[in-house]
Amino acid sequence: MNQKGLSVKSVVAIGIGTAIYVILARFTSIPTGIPNTNIEIVYPFLALLATIYGPIVGFSVGFIGHALSDFLMYGQTWWSWVLATAILGLIIGLYSRKLDLEHGVFTGKQMFFFNLIQLIANLISYVVIAPIGDILIYSEPANKVFLQGVTATATDFIAILILGTILLKAYAATKVKKGSLHKD
Amino acid sequence: MHDDKILGYQPGNSFIHHLNATTKLIFLILVSIACMVTYDTRFLAVICLFSLICLKIAGIKWKQVSFVVNFIIVFAIINIIAVFIFQPTYGQDLYQTKHVLISAGYFTVTQEELFYLLNVILKYICSIPLVLLFLLTTNPSQFASSLNKIGVSYKIAYAVSLALRYIPTVQTDYWEISAAQQARGNELSKKAHLVKRIKGTLNIVMPLIFSSLDRIDIISTAMQLRRFGSKKKRTWYVYEPFQLKDYLVTALAFILVLVVVVLWHVNSGRFFNPFR
Repeated sequence: MNQKGLSVKSVVAIGIGTAIYVILARFTSIPTGIPNTNIEIVYPFLALLATIYGPIVGFSVGFIGHALSDFLMYGQTWWSWVLATAILGLIIGLYSRKLDLEHGVFTGKQMFFFNLIQLIANLISYVVIAPIGDILIYSEPANKVFLQGVTATATDFIAILILGTILLKAYAATKVKKGSLHKD
Repeated sequence: MHDDKILGYQPGNSFIHHLNATTKLIFLILVSIACMVTYDTRFLAVICLFSLICLKIAGIKWKQVSFVVNFIIVFAIINIIAVFIFQPTYGQDLYQTKHVLISAGYFTVTQEELFYLLNVILKYICSIPLVLLFLLTTNPSQFASSLNKIGVSYKIAYAVSLALRYIPTVQTDYWEISAAQQARGNELSKKAHLVKRIKGTLNIVMPLIFSSLDRIDIISTAMQLRRFGSKKKRTWYVYEPFQLKDYLVTALAFILVLVVVVLWHVNSGRFFNPFR
């Protein structure tokens, strides 16, 4: 069925995806031992969702999920960081066209490029968008926000590198490979 | 147990509960933007006082919000210390004057810096009570319909309402899976070392994510069968028409924005500068 605008599946994926995002953001950060630096499972999850459902869902879940979880936990949000997370979902979602998880394929080469793209996406989001937004909107000192940005990039990159790759591989493994049926 | 650690709608009977959700949303958005933009101490102080009074009117108890507020206070203090450590001269750069209070090399405390930090604190106090108020007094379905009312596409509004509807369900799933994994010896407490905890968390997160992906398929099929999204518009079961009080509160929000615009001209910029 051809529909204009957002498909029903995307609407539901945004809704349920956001709900999972909020719960993961609330309960699953793992402290690394360095103060204020946690391994967040939400980012690998966002990468998985963006890869399965594409850039629009990636952007929306990043945006609504981040804003909602901030509001529900802190009572306020930092819009610059919300936008950064949304852009992260968007960029990873755009790359999903090159992947074919639906048919159970996730080769070593694809893993490499997926992680290259997510590194670039992290850099754009947390070293460019979030700090500049913080300076413009909240007028905070530049060196503080850039240090925060670099730390976030490093932890998110590592989280997606390890957990994101595992999640994508596991998802691909649940799908049936093309041409895997053959006649005896 | 661990439940209730997320803010949610609490039914009530106050003036604020009876306001239209659209009104509250417009008020929240406009006033938050106004507080975000301005660094005028007088305006921020008035809004602080006003939003605290609103919390009182809505009859919100301390214990309903205490965990969030404690969390925010810790976070705000860390943030303010960080702002100070990274650039103790930021205040004097902003206000273009220098009144030294304590002379200590790099960490010289100036009146300007303290004044800037005071503004940052005020900005925290301004927006938080308003958001708490909105979250605690607004029915999620009405929230979705009000998002649609202010111009957000109804599909996105519906997605938000789905999210709010499913947060408690996913939360229950999460704790069920967690309990099941702990019964099998999955160690998640602080005693376990990092790698073990990451593995333990993955053991919970994987089934949660994959069962939810199935859920997306089921719900979207059900919605497709009911022809969701085939029309350009939809109506909302919980929609309520505007009343006089809604018009008045909306007008107040616009007046507050206007005040910020006026203050911008008076102060010639974002910052109110008492040092000039």
